[in-house]
Amino acid sequence: MFDLHGYFPMILDGMLLTVEVALLSLLIAVILGLLGALAKLSNSKIARTLATVYTTIIRGIPDLVLMTLVFFGGQILLNNIGDSLGWEYIDISPFIAGTLTIGFIFGAYMTETFRGGILAVSRGEIEAALAFGMSKRKVFIRITLPLMVRHALPGFGNNWMVLAKTTALVSVIGLHDMVYNAGVAGGSTRQPFTFYLVVAMLFLCITGLSDLGLRWANRRYSIGVRKV
Amino acid sequence: MDYRKTALLVDNLHKYFGQEEVLKGISLEACEGDVIAMVGASGSGKSTFLRCVNLLETPTSGSIYVRGELIRMKQNRNGDSVPEDLKQVERIRTRLGMVFQQFNLWSHMTVLENVIEAPVHVLKIAKKEAVERAEELLYKVGIYDRMHYHPAHLSGGQQQRVAIARALAMEPDMLLFDEPTSALDPELVGEVLQVMRDLAEEGRTMIVVTHEMGFAQEVSSRVVFLHEGSIEEDGPPWKVFKNPSSERFRQFVSKYVEN
Repeated sequence: MFDLHGYFPMILDGMLLTVEVALLSLLIAVILGLLGALAKLSNSKIARTLATVYTTIIRGIPDLVLMTLVFFGGQILLNNIGDSLGWEYIDISPFIAGTLTIGFIFGAYMTETFRGGILAVSRGEIEAALAFGMSKRKVFIRITLPLMVRHALPGFGNNWMVLAKTTALVSVIGLHDMVYNAGVAGGSTRQPFTFYLVVAMLFLCITGLSDLGLRWANRRYSIGVRKV
Repeated sequence: MDYRKTALLVDNLHKYFGQEEVLKGISLEACEGDVIAMVGASGSGKSTFLRCVNLLETPTSGSIYVRGELIRMKQNRNGDSVPEDLKQVERIRTRLGMVFQQFNLWSHMTVLENVIEAPVHVLKIAKKEAVERAEELLYKVGIYDRMHYHPAHLSGGQQQRVAIARALAMEPDMLLFDEPTSALDPELVGEVLQVMRDLAEEGRTMIVVTHEMGFAQEVSSRVVFLHEGSIEEDGPPWKVFKNPSSERFRQFVSKYVEN
């Protein structure tokens, strides 16, 4: 179909990296999202303020700007601190910077998704758990969390799709993901269109598979919901 | 002289929602085996009272003793009354089985999972033992053949019977019913009342907030009538229905008889 001049393995290597960055950032985003949602719903004013500042800042700054800020700015900041403490020069790897930034960005979106999901859980089911002597922690783990998943899944799926596509930005900070590799291959063969088309199709594969997975999860978590 | 043990003692309970005083000093003693029917118009405070007993609502002032143990309260920074020891509240709640108007079954779990959840995860009973006990209880309330269904696939009456089994699975000292039949279609009320009648005959201690005058009259050992946050009538059903001391209670009952 396409003559890839032997660059296909390199693109696939890049794809592997893309998937790695995406999954790791997702993990970070989910953890930050849960913490953020709990903070936003907590009684502590400090926690609520911190979470609001976090989501407001993240949602207001372009992903690309944030990523370069973390990669270059983070490097300088870390080494300034390191200097005063007498550390050796620390090199932030683009992988860590990229993954952290994407995780950090999508943590803010997940915060909103999870917060909405938690608020959608019926008060009565939580009260019943309290009435049977469960601690607040246990109520959250046994009742609120599994019930929240059902409500949060559609938003979670959207976030994941956008996150997977956002990984393309790591090519800017020099990470050899599939977009970067396609640029290299396209440059040396002078067929950028061919290689970016391949990358586009590979992204479609990732998101298409995710879609199947999300549908399965949706079925799994809407067990016990009356079909309307 | 009543030699039975006191199951619940409530002394001078007050509850404010903002400026509004919903409970105006309720005192009530329930002995073991008592079946107390709490009746009253909507907004009389009877549900709030019941929810205060297991601290789902925090009383503004007053004392609650469950089997002689005082639920310790303290003042927080804002001057609001809060439980002093959450662990104590959690422990006492395991002794009080609550049945809600809206059933409040956990919708992500099957019927069986609903019934074993608290025994396994709160009382730390072995799962096998909890399942055996749950099966017995589900048999008793007539839901044995549906124990692997999710609540959404049951009728309201069936869900409420599961909720009763869930409460019984904790082997509580007392059962609290918060309008257990008010959310049910009329034709489903009977099956739930029958289960409650059986429980009363077993000698269980029950406080039932209800609009079912028939249940109050035939099953309860005592009727407590609340009006605007105060107890207006308190006595055995044969006495209060025949010979009420409160004019308001007489009017209240007559409305139900007309309907």
